[in-house]
Formats: sequence, C-alpha cells, structure tokens
Amino acid sequence: MTDGQNVQVDVAIIGGGPAGLAAALGAKKRGADNILIIERDNELGGILNQCIHNGFGLHTFKEELTGPEYAARFIEEVKKEKIPYLLNTIVVDVDAEGKILTLMSRERGLFKIRAKAVVLAMGCRERSRGALNIPGYRPAGIYSAGTAQRYVNMEGRMPGREVVILGSGDIGLIMARRMTLEGAKVKLVAEIMPYCGGLKRNIVQCLEDYGIPLRLSHTVVDIHGKERLKGVTLTRVDEHSKPIPGTEEYIPCDTLLLSCGLIPENELSSGMGVELSSITGGPVVNESLETNLEGVFACGNVLHVHDLVDYVSEEAAKAGENAAEYVERQIRETSRGIPVCGEKGVRYTVPSYLRPEYMDDPQVIRFRVGSNYQNVSVVVYVNDICVIKIKKRTMAPGEMEQIKLKKSDLEKVCECNKVQNIRICIEEQ
Amino acid sequence: MYDVIVIGAGVTGSAIARELSKYERNVAVIEKASDICEGTSKANSGIVHAGYDAVPGTLKAKLNVAGNEKMESLSKELDFPFRRNGSLVLMFEEEDRPALEALYERGLTNGVKDLRILTPEEVRKIEPGVTKQVAGALYAPTGGIVCPFGLNIALAENACDNGVSFFLDTEVLGIEKKRDEQGTYYRICTGSRKNGETIFESRVVINAAGVYADYIHNMVSEKKMTITPRKGEYCLLDKTEGKLIKSTVFQLPSKMGKGILVTPTVHGNLLVGPTAQDIDDKEGVNTTALGLETVMSKASRSVETLSGKKIITSFAGLRPHEDGGDFIIEEVTDASGFIDAAGIDSPGLSCVPVIGEYVADIVNKISPAPRKKNFIATRKGVPSMAEATERERQALIAENPAFGQVICRCEMVTEGEILNAIHRTLGATTLDGIKRRTRAGMGRCQAGFCAPKTVEILARELGVDMEQITKAGGNSGFLDGTNKEVQS
Repeated sequence: MTDGQNVQVDVAIIGGGPAGLAAALGAKKRGADNILIIERDNELGGILNQCIHNGFGLHTFKEELTGPEYAARFIEEVKKEKIPYLLNTIVVDVDAEGKILTLMSRERGLFKIRAKAVVLAMGCRERSRGALNIPGYRPAGIYSAGTAQRYVNMEGRMPGREVVILGSGDIGLIMARRMTLEGAKVKLVAEIMPYCGGLKRNIVQCLEDYGIPLRLSHTVVDIHGKERLKGVTLTRVDEHSKPIPGTEEYIPCDTLLLSCGLIPENELSSGMGVELSSITGGPVVNESLETNLEGVFACGNVLHVHDLVDYVSEEAAKAGENAAEYVERQIRETSRGIPVCGEKGVRYTVPSYLRPEYMDDPQVIRFRVGSNYQNVSVVVYVNDICVIKIKKRTMAPGEMEQIKLKKSDLEKVCECNKVQNIRICIEEQ
Repeated sequence: MYDVIVIGAGVTGSAIARELSKYERNVAVIEKASDICEGTSKANSGIVHAGYDAVPGTLKAKLNVAGNEKMESLSKELDFPFRRNGSLVLMFEEEDRPALEALYERGLTNGVKDLRILTPEEVRKIEPGVTKQVAGALYAPTGGIVCPFGLNIALAENACDNGVSFFLDTEVLGIEKKRDEQGTYYRICTGSRKNGETIFESRVVINAAGVYADYIHNMVSEKKMTITPRKGEYCLLDKTEGKLIKSTVFQLPSKMGKGILVTPTVHGNLLVGPTAQDIDDKEGVNTTALGLETVMSKASRSVETLSGKKIITSFAGLRPHEDGGDFIIEEVTDASGFIDAAGIDSPGLSCVPVIGEYVADIVNKISPAPRKKNFIATRKGVPSMAEATERERQALIAENPAFGQVICRCEMVTEGEILNAIHRTLGATTLDGIKRRTRAGMGRCQAGFCAPKTVEILARELGVDMEQITKAGGNSGFLDGTNKEVQS
C-alpha cells in the first residue's frame, strides 16, 4: 500500500452528494475534527449537479433554489469549515471490523484509510429496462430518466426527439418538461399504477402546464426497432398490473425514458455486512441512523429514497452528528432497541429500531404509505396503546411522511425501558 | 486475390481464421456488422458441453468431446475466461430414468469422461440449491462455462495479429463463381455503409455466416440449404444470485418439453434460459413476455430460490438450425473451393477449439500451404481491475493512472480498461463493443451511470463527435442534436 496506510480519520463519509455534504457538516458541528468526504465523481454535489430545475430548499432555506445552487450552499459551507474531501476517488471496499477503507483514484492509485466511524451516503440508482424486464428488441434510444437528464443538462445534448416516458417518478416528470423545453415532443407519460409516483406539484408544473398526457394504469409491453427505437406498444393494465389484452396501442417514438423507481446503492454496504431492509433496499437502522454494524451510519437515498432533498439534508446532518458523537463516546451498545414497525398501509419506517436512551426528543420517524388515502389518520401505538393520532386529508406513495415521537409519548404508556414495540398505522377516521 | 475469405466474424469464422493464420496464406474475414461477435455468438448460453447430448456418429458428437477437452488450453493461450464447473442433467420423475440412462450411455459412446448417475442425495451434496423435486441426475464433471464474447474476440484478435485482414461493416451482396487458368475462384461483391461497394476475390471461400449461411450457400450452389433461426430467450440475474448453484443445471427432456438450463456465468451472474422457437426473421432477436415468463417458471423447477426481482437484463439469440440437425462442415459438392461451416447451433461453442482445425484440414487438402514460422500463439486480453489482486491493481495503475479511474461502478471497470479495449487489435468502436470487451455497462444499473462517460471516451479516442458514437453500429446512435434545436 502507498502512503495512505496510516491515515486515520474520525468520520469517513462515503459520497459527496447532498447526504454526504450535510453529514460532514453535521459531524463538524457536533465536534468532530478529522472528517473526510470521499466522492467518486469529479465534483461535490452528486446528482444535484444535473438537477438544474428549481424547487430545492423550500424547507431548508425558505426559497426556491436550483439543484446546483442548493448543493453550492453546502459545498461552500464544507469549504469554509475546511472539511477535507477527495474527488474522483472510489471506495473499493470496507473492512467493517477494523473500519479500513480501500480507496482508489487516478492520482493516488490504491490506498487505505482507517476510520473510527463511517457514514454511508452513496445515494441510489434508477431501475433499468432490464430490471423492469420489458420484452422486445434492445435498440438504442432507451434511457433512464436520469441518464437523459445528464445528457441534456450536463452535455447540452438531446437523447432524442419523439419521447415516451414510462413511470411517473419525479425525474420522469421533470424530464417531460425539460425535453419539451429543449424542443422534443413528449407524447405521454405512462404509469402502471393507478396513481402518480411523483409529487403533486410536479404533475401540475411539468405535465399539465405543457399539455402532456399522464396515462395511469398503462405500461409498455413491447419495444420496437432493431437499431434505434421506433416505437413502443402501450397497454392498459388491470388492478393487478397485468396487461389487458386488446388494449394495445402502438406509439411511434425514438426515445423511451424510464422513471420507474430508485434503488438504494448498497453493494458496498452489503459487502461490509450491513443488514438491508427488503422493502427500502437500504440499511436497517436505529434512531441514531446507525446500522447493525457499530459505528457505521447511513443517510440520504442510500438509506431510503426521499422525495425532497431538504429531508435528505436534515437526516444526513443527524447521521453526521451521531457519527461524531459515536467517535467521542465510543458507544458500545448490545441491544438493538425497540422495534418500530409500519403496518396497515405504512410500507416501512426509518428508523426500524429505537433505543429510548439515545432518541431525540422529539424523534423524527419517516415513512411512506403504499397507496393513496383521503381523510385518514396516522396512528402511533406504543405497546398497542394509541399515543399519537394525526388527521391527514390526503396521503400518497410519492410523498415521504413523518411523525415526531416525544419521550413523553412513550412515558404515557410505561417506563421507557418497558416499551416492547412501536407501531405506525393508517386508519379510517 | 485472397487465398481464403471467411464470411462471418462470429466465433466460428474467427476460429477458422485463427487456424488458417497458422499457415502462409493471405486470409480475409468479411463481417456485415460493425464489430466482431455480433450475431449468434453474442447471445447464447456460454456453455462448454460435456458431449453426452449429440447423437453418436454425428459431427456434433465428434467435435464436442474434442472441443471440450481443448477449451482449457485454448483459454490459457488466448486469455479468455473459462471454468470447468461441471454439469448436471436433472431428472424429476422416476419414469424418466430410462431416458437419463440412455443419455449416460450416449455419453459413454461419445467418449465423455467421468460421467456418473447420481442419487437425489448426491445431487444435493453437489448442489444444495436444487429443488426437492429432483429425483436424480446425470453428472458430467467435464462440463464448463466460457465467456462467449471473450472467446470470439480472443480468436479474432489473435487471427488479426497473425496477419488476417478483417473487413467489418461489410455485407456480402452477391457471389459469382469464376474460372481462370488456375481454376475456380469466387468474386464476392460487398456493400458497406461507410465504403460503398467493394469486390473481393478468392480461391477458397468459407461460409461461416451463422443464420445467413443458407443465403450465402445458395448464392453458389444449386443444392439449396435452409437455416432456420431458432430463437432462445434468456434472463440474466444479478451477481448476488450467482452462487445459488455452481454447476450448469440442465433439465432432462421429458413430456414437459426440452427444459431450461440454469448456470452461473464465468463472471458470477446467473443465467437462465433458453426457450426454443423457430422463427422466420433472421434478425428477430426480440424477447417476448411469454418467453421470459416461460424461462423463469420452468427454471424454478430446478433451482429453489430463483427470483424474478433479481433479473438485471434479458435477451434473445438465434441458433442457426439446419434441418438435418448436424453441423455442415464440408466443401460444397457443386462449388469447388467453397466450404460451408453452417448449421453451427448447440454445441457449436463447445466445438470451437477444434472447428478451426477441421476446416483448415479441408482447406489444406484443396490448396496446401506451408506453416508460418513466426505464428503468434498467445494473446493477452483486456486487463480486469475487478478480477485483479491488489498487487496487480497497483501495477496497472502505476503503468497507466487511468486504471485508477472507475467508469462503470457496478462492474468496477476503469478508464484504463476502456482505453485498452479501444486501442487494441480490432478495438471497440461502439458502446456494445466496449461492453463485450470490458463488461462496462453489464452490471446491475445496465449502463445508466457509465454510458454517457463511455460515449465521451469513445468519441474522444476515436476523434469523432459524441453523436457519431453508436450502440452497435448502423443507425443505433444515442444522441440527436443539441439543446434548443427544434427539428421539423
């Protein structure tokens, strides 16, 4: 190994996107001195750099910023705090036991660093055509929405002219508008579910304002064109998402953009031995956002897919603070804590475990629902006793929800150390 | 005038070209696609069969066992991935035992070594991942797996290094049989998107045109041939599933049909397939909902925990099936000097190490040539950072720092590997070409992150605009103009 062998940091942050930046600042604020951000791309900011539309930062800064502007606020702060970072550097693997990270870059080759705490902030990737298993030919012209976004926003290049978008995730909606503004014809957005996957505001601002049809309960079942895409076959689907025979419709197009879900990128994490949730695809964490591996924390889209970057920043700052606190106190904890479960419409919760002695007061618990709801209540049970009931006019799978659980909510039921379980449900009013 | 022209730069054509390059001869390969390994050779199971399948006495039987034996040494000479992982033919019903035993007997007749029939317990000892329905199996330890691209590309590169000229993007439009004072020769008219029409002439022509072999054959012979494209659909699963089994697991053909195989690939994915459907379209490599569903549901009879959620891509390939069922490797009776290497469907890939020699023998009988003294027998593949040890990685980066710059994160492919793939013999010019030579884009994100970067590197290295870069040649470009351009 080259020179880096003896480099020791307190908090190593894997990923220099919104989560990694906020985690670094959180760790700094909590007193960690020796922090290192490791970024595989050639600049900090992650995917925000290609998100040149506005709408970022409404919660954090009370103003509408573009992605690069939002990232810049954090990057400037990181630079002001003199937090070191490495660019063009990939983490090849992490030996979880000794927290030894093997890094690689063009400039420095292979080298190792030792960390007292690690924050996972690697983000997510888009579900590909292959993972969707759409039958048909395999021509050029099929892109994930994010790849198309990169071509248009970073390279100034158009991936095509006649566009069909499959999936109504936020990036797909944003790209419908973007491609239209750059001179392409977006024919329609098809969504297999009976509801939109993205934020309400994006449906209005990106589709309705441009007259782009959103075809709910529709999907692509065949891809035509041997060299470049020539068209897709669209069909209506039934309530089990199965194509309804006889509803096939041929849509000529040269470009198909896919916005069918994001998958947390946890190959590094699972290689380390981090336990992953089968629902979120992200690590199972406790209230401190710490994984099953002591001193290894996770935040942002590698933990679970967020709707707004503001929440990524908020969550990541917490992970950074907790990592710094871990370094300082070297918490050694054997109990996993109280299980926190999502039930009856709640697909998952983050965290999945809660240790009352370490919880924030109030502790934020984030979750998503599995379908659209109107006039329902979010109900929190502690040991099967209702402690919180919040009325909601609407709830949608595309939007991340949160509740704030106070220590006193637990104490309403029993002493904190006697709490057996915490359940969050959606109930009719 | 060439001494020999090979039509087709698939694995068969490339194997023949490499073998012919051992002799003092002027050899050319003509390929209609923009890269080598673009037809049947790029979309198959990647299996090196043990040799118990072929009917004794056929050419398939003869070449399979011999090819299997030679694959290992060839893989060392030419540096492509091959592993002898063993294969199992699973039996699910006791009533099928006679068929299993017949297969065993057939294997013995064909000269397959170390064949055994296993009890269900013995099967599970080798493969704990098989289902409880398994009632026994034929075990062939000599079965193997190979990287089909790696094999094809290695052969072609080595042939090229030994002086064979490759003409890519060159499609045969017509062949005329001619005579001069030295005898018969062939005049091949070709078309190319780049270079227009070109005429090639040669005394000996080898038809290794895959699914188009009938089309080429019928240009010179009155004894017409029919090659039927037999489509096979496959699903490729994530590397997380690659360890579900370690052998290649076939199903004994039964009244339930021919069965589906499940196999690890040499790169650690799990491959499931193929279907078998005769079609008309020689370019009909589209997958179908029914085909993909059939593949996964039939395969779940063999392996317990197969999950459709782990599919990272699916594809279809076309086997060039000839009605007689055997390979046709012979001089055409009414066209002297014209040699067919046709109908090379399964176990064609397994026979590759000996098909070249077999054809070279025919060529040598027609027109003998002395052996080349300076034949280069070995070739080094593109280095793989993902597979390299820490020490090897450091050495590669020391040699070229681009080996420290990861481009494809899923498969850990670096810029150094991509540069190597572009600038080597018969280097890549397309995104698919890069993919087959380096694995960039073959991982779970399926090139979502790396494609724009790879396109940029290709454009830079080839000195063209990004818009000129294609997926697989022809009209398969990725980009169409710049922002704010409104096209009519």
